[in-house]
Amino acid sequence: MDPARRRSVVDVALQEEAVVSVEAVTRAKALDRLRLGDAAFRQMTRAAAIGVLLLLSGVMISLIVGSLPALRTFGFSFLTTERWNPVTEKFGALPAIYGTVLTSLIAMLIAVPVGLMIAFFLTELCPPWLRRPIGIAIELLAGVPSIIYGIWGLFIFAPFLQQTLQPFLINTLGDVPLIAPLFAGPPYGIGMLTAGLVLAIMVLPFVTSISRDVFEAVPGVLKEAAYGIGCTTWEVVRHVVLPYARVGVIGGVMLGLGRALGETMAVTFVIGNAHRIYPSLLAPGTTISATIANEFTEAVGDLYTSALIALGLILFVITFIVLAAARYMLMRIERRIG
Amino acid sequence: MTARYAARRRRNAVAMALSVGATVFGLGWLVLILGVLLWKGFGGLSPAVFTQMTPPPGSSGGLLNPIIGSLILTALAVAIGTPIGILAGTYMAEYGRYGRLTSVVRFINDILLSAPSIVVGLFIYEVMVAPMGHFSGLAGGVALAMLVIPVVVRTTEDMLTLVPNALREAATSIGLPRSLTITRICYRAARAGMVTGVLLAVARISGETAPLLFTSLNNQFWSTNLNAPMASLPVVIFQFALSPYKDWQSLAWTGALIITLTVLALSITARALIPSGRQS
Repeated sequence: MDPARRRSVVDVALQEEAVVSVEAVTRAKALDRLRLGDAAFRQMTRAAAIGVLLLLSGVMISLIVGSLPALRTFGFSFLTTERWNPVTEKFGALPAIYGTVLTSLIAMLIAVPVGLMIAFFLTELCPPWLRRPIGIAIELLAGVPSIIYGIWGLFIFAPFLQQTLQPFLINTLGDVPLIAPLFAGPPYGIGMLTAGLVLAIMVLPFVTSISRDVFEAVPGVLKEAAYGIGCTTWEVVRHVVLPYARVGVIGGVMLGLGRALGETMAVTFVIGNAHRIYPSLLAPGTTISATIANEFTEAVGDLYTSALIALGLILFVITFIVLAAARYMLMRIERRIG
Repeated sequence: MTARYAARRRRNAVAMALSVGATVFGLGWLVLILGVLLWKGFGGLSPAVFTQMTPPPGSSGGLLNPIIGSLILTALAVAIGTPIGILAGTYMAEYGRYGRLTSVVRFINDILLSAPSIVVGLFIYEVMVAPMGHFSGLAGGVALAMLVIPVVVRTTEDMLTLVPNALREAATSIGLPRSLTITRICYRAARAGMVTGVLLAVARISGETAPLLFTSLNNQFWSTNLNAPMASLPVVIFQFALSPYKDWQSLAWTGALIITLTVLALSITARALIPSGRQS
């Protein structure tokens, strides 16, 4: 650095000194501007981060405020009443909650074993050149918008089930004592079972891709040690990989469950929209999200709207708990890996 | 001993067969759904779809107004959501990487990432539609923006964390202030990843129906007015598919095909852009 410039830098540091060159003043101004911009940028990013927090609390607060009229009118019985009658303004959330839980349960019962088996295939059996294409294909399945599953479920899948699986279930399991009521009634095509199956297909990619990631994180030495004492591939997966990855897999399953609980469009098409609780899985029903999607724009009167918002609040609270538990578990396994 | 060994071998073979079967089953759905979409939607794909308005029942028409509406809503959502998402992600990766605020925001953001989108619709209805007194495209755009933000936050944070610290140190050592280091150096290094995040967000929202049902509603006519109800492809598909009219149903299939192809193209592009160091 040449002596003249070095002097000017010193001048900036001691601005009160006698020799104040024009250059030094502009430098000081430029530095001030940079410092200000720096602080402003930092505060902007911080504000945005806090904004994300406010978003979630905003959702929570607005839902609580919106559902107050309904909750005040019906109190706790809102959760336990089966009736849903817009004309007499009597609302109970039980059928919707039941439908949401039941369809998600059916979905998880199918998606979890299948997803785990696919993850097993991808991590242990699949030839390396096939691994990426299959992984991408499974993730594309996750990217297909839910309305596509809905329209496909309504026009293709439901009629198909009506002619094949449902009569089969009615004829075989419909006569078995104890579980017979589950498979009673005519094959409508649409209904709880169909919604559960469509959800299973939707959730499958989430369960698969997280299980695969968690399986891949199992240290190679553990597997090698198991192979070394003569375990078969299945035994390695069953007794080494699965126990080690348990927390992560549960986290992935809960994440899938969170999706299934809140899924709207795919279910709305095939659920049948009946505010009743039928014992049969083949009967139409409704879910929280389907009820809101179907009725919100047509809801007249504050109480009706408020009851629907209260349904939304219930859904939000349920999914929040499930997702928070899922994230907590996944975070635990991430910490172990990292 | 040999009998037991044979049993173990057998069990192994069964498990392997099951896992191959599960994979074929899983991929089968993708093939099936795409196949049906092509078969049902391709026939209706004609220039009229892109040049004509949605018809009343019983006459022919196209999907021009919902396509334009979807484009406007998506652009609006990206325009609102991306800056907020990038700024928040920047804070988490650059300023408060190990801070408490960051871990809280990360947790909340992950929950927002998979929160039910219909609840977002309810929220926007409560805070925008009800006070304004009418449905509007603006409300729809904001609702979609709420789905864009978590995706962008997540990818921005991940990608900035991957930028080597040596770059930041080099920038600081030549006297760059922190904000310029981030905007001129880190953003540039993480650009591909951040673009991926935006693409993934667009893919996510372009098929979203639930948050639009009671924010932007629907519009049978040509409208680019953000202050009025606006048609969008997913909502039109919803309405047309559930209608009893054959013309509407076949338009719904065509719309479904357009959306799916767009989403798949976006996700494949996004995947191709991910820097190779991240592929695991």
